[in-house]
Amino acid sequence: MPNTQQLEDFITQVRRDIVRQVHKVNSGHPGGSLGCAEFISVLYQEVMDRKEGFDMDGKGEDLFFLSNGHISPVFYSVLARSGYFPVEELNTFRLIDSRLQGHPTTHEGLPGVRVASGSLGQGMSVAIGAANSKKLNGDKHLVYSLHGDGELQEGQNWEAIMYAAANKVDNLISTVDRNYQQIDGCTDDVLPMGDLKVKFEAFGWDVLEIENGNDIQQVVDGLKEAKSRTGKGKPVCILLNTEMGHGVDFMMGSHKWHGVAPNDEQLETALAQNPETLGDY
Amino acid sequence: MKKYTDTGKKDTRSGFGDGLTELGRTNPNVVALCADLVGSLKMQDFIDENPERFFQVGIAEANMMGIAAGLTIGGKIPFTGTFANFSTGRVYDQIRQSIAYSDKNVKICASHAGLTLGEDGATHQILEDIGLMKMLPGMTVINTCDYNQTKAATIAIAEHHGPVYLRFGRPKVANFTPEDQKFEIGKAVMLNEGKDVTIIATGHLVWEALQAAEQLEEQGVSAEVINIHTIKPLDEAAILASVGKTGCVVTAEEHNFLGGLGESVARTLVQNHPAPQEFVATMDTFGESGTPEQLMQKYGLNAAAIVKAAQKVMKRK
Repeated sequence: MPNTQQLEDFITQVRRDIVRQVHKVNSGHPGGSLGCAEFISVLYQEVMDRKEGFDMDGKGEDLFFLSNGHISPVFYSVLARSGYFPVEELNTFRLIDSRLQGHPTTHEGLPGVRVASGSLGQGMSVAIGAANSKKLNGDKHLVYSLHGDGELQEGQNWEAIMYAAANKVDNLISTVDRNYQQIDGCTDDVLPMGDLKVKFEAFGWDVLEIENGNDIQQVVDGLKEAKSRTGKGKPVCILLNTEMGHGVDFMMGSHKWHGVAPNDEQLETALAQNPETLGDY
Repeated sequence: MKKYTDTGKKDTRSGFGDGLTELGRTNPNVVALCADLVGSLKMQDFIDENPERFFQVGIAEANMMGIAAGLTIGGKIPFTGTFANFSTGRVYDQIRQSIAYSDKNVKICASHAGLTLGEDGATHQILEDIGLMKMLPGMTVINTCDYNQTKAATIAIAEHHGPVYLRFGRPKVANFTPEDQKFEIGKAVMLNEGKDVTIIATGHLVWEALQAAEQLEEQGVSAEVINIHTIKPLDEAAILASVGKTGCVVTAEEHNFLGGLGESVARTLVQNHPAPQEFVATMDTFGESGTPEQLMQKYGLNAAAIVKAAQKVMKRK
């Protein structure tokens, strides 16, 4: 288990990786990626029980599914720095012939990815299937999934939310990145989703909230608490309050950096705010 | 010509149900999912024998496709069951991203395809599903013709690694293929050898093609009848060998002529051996309510229509 300083260093490096990836190809999604840097880093570095190497079936280990596939920069950085593929490969993000497609896919055989995502709203169903597969196999490990809050506007999520509670899929922890932002603006302006805690609870989930999803300790504590609530007959939901663009001051709190890359000058500013820790790729 | 006997009318969906039951007994990795149509899909026996391997998802087909994709992670072989309409058009993006693009070993089993669904009408009579599915990279597309073939196909696809679309239907139809057949994915079945015209049929139209060949024989026409049960991958060699001999072809299917078997055959011929072709299929139209027989008559999907098409195509040689 890494200590807090090591986790901080890891996350700072992940932030550098995110802005460098999208800057190089002048495309990609930095905002949501930066906002989820703490969560995905803590999940892989501190919380998940993972085997060495990668195989698709993932028996005997915890699994993670990224449903909001557009935040691939943070996913790729964490996967690479957790040993799934060479860190240098981040250089190929979104380039022709790369395994690091714009949105994650199994199609090019990138280790660490178990389903394609990008078209929103599909990941929770897949995570439920994987959780059911674990139960059939007598595998006590857990399945984690991450979803954007705007993504919950896709109806398939609510089919999945209804199903998971009704069928006691209690080896599943689904996290909603509650940053209140989507492409066209604030979620409350585009299509308000109301009180997500009340909604998930009404569907029969056990819900906990992480007040500040960009605070490492809160994320560690929240994930450990969520883990302790599994196996009790209910799927577990984490409402993770994050700030889009967190860690890069001019990107913070605005939907405008959902899918826009920084220019050369902006990149330098962003990197200055996140000094190199583990070494750039 | 070779005679085929109807051993007693049976529905192809029961072939699926019985095949699934057999798989339940022989393959512990096979699991099944259904979206509130257990009776229609004949899945009850599998459920009774393997309750822990069955997932009732309710009226939520998108979720069913996603759960099926997830179940493959850990080695399960999921068979989804619902009507063809809800197995394809309703969930196209889920199949495209979570199953096909993700290379998941899911078997999408679709009943009540085409006009023979009957009285429920056009909302449920999908005539575009073969086209939708064959366009997906990596998807195998199968349309079986009778009970025995559907049962054999159901068992065979469990051994094939990769996504499969298995299409069958609602009504009781002639059961004429061998009970002990070995189903080979991608391999055409030669039903009757002839020299004047090739009839290539799939699904419910195969029996009609055999009836048509008998009528043509009475007119002195020697018709070759080929059953293409696998539309993708297509047995191009069998098609080219036959049309190379007869010089013309009629394709017959319970599907829109745009996007169906006929187009796949036409593409094969155009690239290799151009030849006159006539299409027995629906002509870019929706269906309507009626009995299966009335609908197949009205939309020109029966032996009489195949005979007429054969006479027409032979004149174009």
